[in-house]
Amino acid sequence: MTTVLPPIFDFDDAFFWEGAKKHTLLIQRCGDCNVLRHPPTPLCANCGSMNNQTTTSEGNGTILTWIISHHPTEPEAEPRIVILVELDEGTRLVSNLVDLAPTHNHVLNDKRVEVCFIDYDGTVLPQFRLAQVQP
Amino acid sequence: MSGNQAVIAGIGHTEFSQNSGRSTLQLAAEASLASISDAGFSPAEVDGTVTFSMDTNDELALIRTIGVPELRFCARTRGGGGGASATVQLAAAAIESGQAEAVLVYRAFNERSAHRFGQPIQTNPDPVWNWAIPFSLNTPAKVYSLTFQRYMYEFGLTNEDFGRYTVVARDWASTNPNAQFYERPITLQDHQDSRWIVEPILRKLDCCLESDGGVALLITSAERAADHGADFVPILASSAVLIEGGHEMFAYYHEDLAEYPEGRILGQRLYQQAGLTAADIDVAMIYENFSPIVFLQLEAFGFCGRGEASDFIKDGHIGRDGSLPVNTNGGLLGEGYIHGMNNIVEGVRQLRGTSPNQISGAEHVLVSAGRSGIILGR
Repeated sequence: MTTVLPPIFDFDDAFFWEGAKKHTLLIQRCGDCNVLRHPPTPLCANCGSMNNQTTTSEGNGTILTWIISHHPTEPEAEPRIVILVELDEGTRLVSNLVDLAPTHNHVLNDKRVEVCFIDYDGTVLPQFRLAQVQP
Repeated sequence: MSGNQAVIAGIGHTEFSQNSGRSTLQLAAEASLASISDAGFSPAEVDGTVTFSMDTNDELALIRTIGVPELRFCARTRGGGGGASATVQLAAAAIESGQAEAVLVYRAFNERSAHRFGQPIQTNPDPVWNWAIPFSLNTPAKVYSLTFQRYMYEFGLTNEDFGRYTVVARDWASTNPNAQFYERPITLQDHQDSRWIVEPILRKLDCCLESDGGVALLITSAERAADHGADFVPILASSAVLIEGGHEMFAYYHEDLAEYPEGRILGQRLYQQAGLTAADIDVAMIYENFSPIVFLQLEAFGFCGRGEASDFIKDGHIGRDGSLPVNTNGGLLGEGYIHGMNNIVEGVRQLRGTSPNQISGAEHVLVSAGRSGIILGR
């Protein structure tokens, strides 16, 4: 059983977590200049607009970097693979790779992944699986 | 040198330990008084202070403890250890602008016996952690490893490469009586036998040594330091670097994850200010919460090319008789982790000729905290 510490919903990022509950991966988008940004910010650094909109990610991306995460003080807790994903839309997101044994005998860099959503005791997180087709 | 040139006139510190047995305010006071006395000043002459935003010792509590009657300049640097050298930048700015005449820089904590930075976060402290904590990035070792892994991948490194840094740091520490690992050198095999902290990046011996202790510096002008008979060291350059998309913890959003852009910009600024190049640096003190960050900084500061730090270390450049001795006190892995401030003390010692691992003829020392840095010189 994986225990997840939930996010603190903030004015600037509540949309992301609400979207995850509905199994959508949302990226903040400037309603005026259309620049995407993550992590979210209250206004657009490109044009100064506060017209904050979202776009729904297709959920496809590439692993830039990864680690095996053991809980340092709870050895019984199941290790998780933490990944930094670059979404095809261009923004980056920290997440986890699931459905793969958490050992370091993989080379996961540059592997293609696709999003899935997992409910961890009420906290729904966007997670990723290795894509069927790899380059 | 102009009389107004800012200098480090005094250094002071407590012992570094795993359990100081006293309050952090006492550690701050002991280190502060030692630095003031080392400079030949009295507490009554101090009129400014600088510390970290994270430091828990309030300025008013400290001056009441050590007998400073009045301050007219107080500043704190943001963030964690990346701001260690920025304390000197702020103090120097105060001196050279005339806002203060004698600035006490201090940092003290019981970071081993009380709040340990390395322990897992149990509750989400701030929305900035939303993009880490739920995904189990709950310790600094994991947070940093997520960038280090990209560096390893791009340049084909393994954890054994990082171990070669630790072996050098522990060698320096073994002959530094103030180091917690005094007379305790290690072999690469010892490093490889230590347990994994974050697979496949960091083992226990890649991590800095959580410590209790205090460090202080007394910064003033060259003229005033000379009047007091201090063995002072000029601050030839100082800068901090914060970039859009950068972060001392979550450095995941800048273009090239296998480099340290803040360090690259910092090096360029410092060399320009001091009128020096990388080749002029005799000793480098490089902040290392974890061993891989030394590799990224050696490359960022131009001591070697991109991806070459592993060979640079393997070839003996940073150790005894090397072309660029690095962290000659044993660094934060070998001497102790006083949030990077003890590396500044060692930089001053090298230029005074009083280091336990003295590099003969040292004239220019770089002290980098990654996101802030100084060049000290003679």
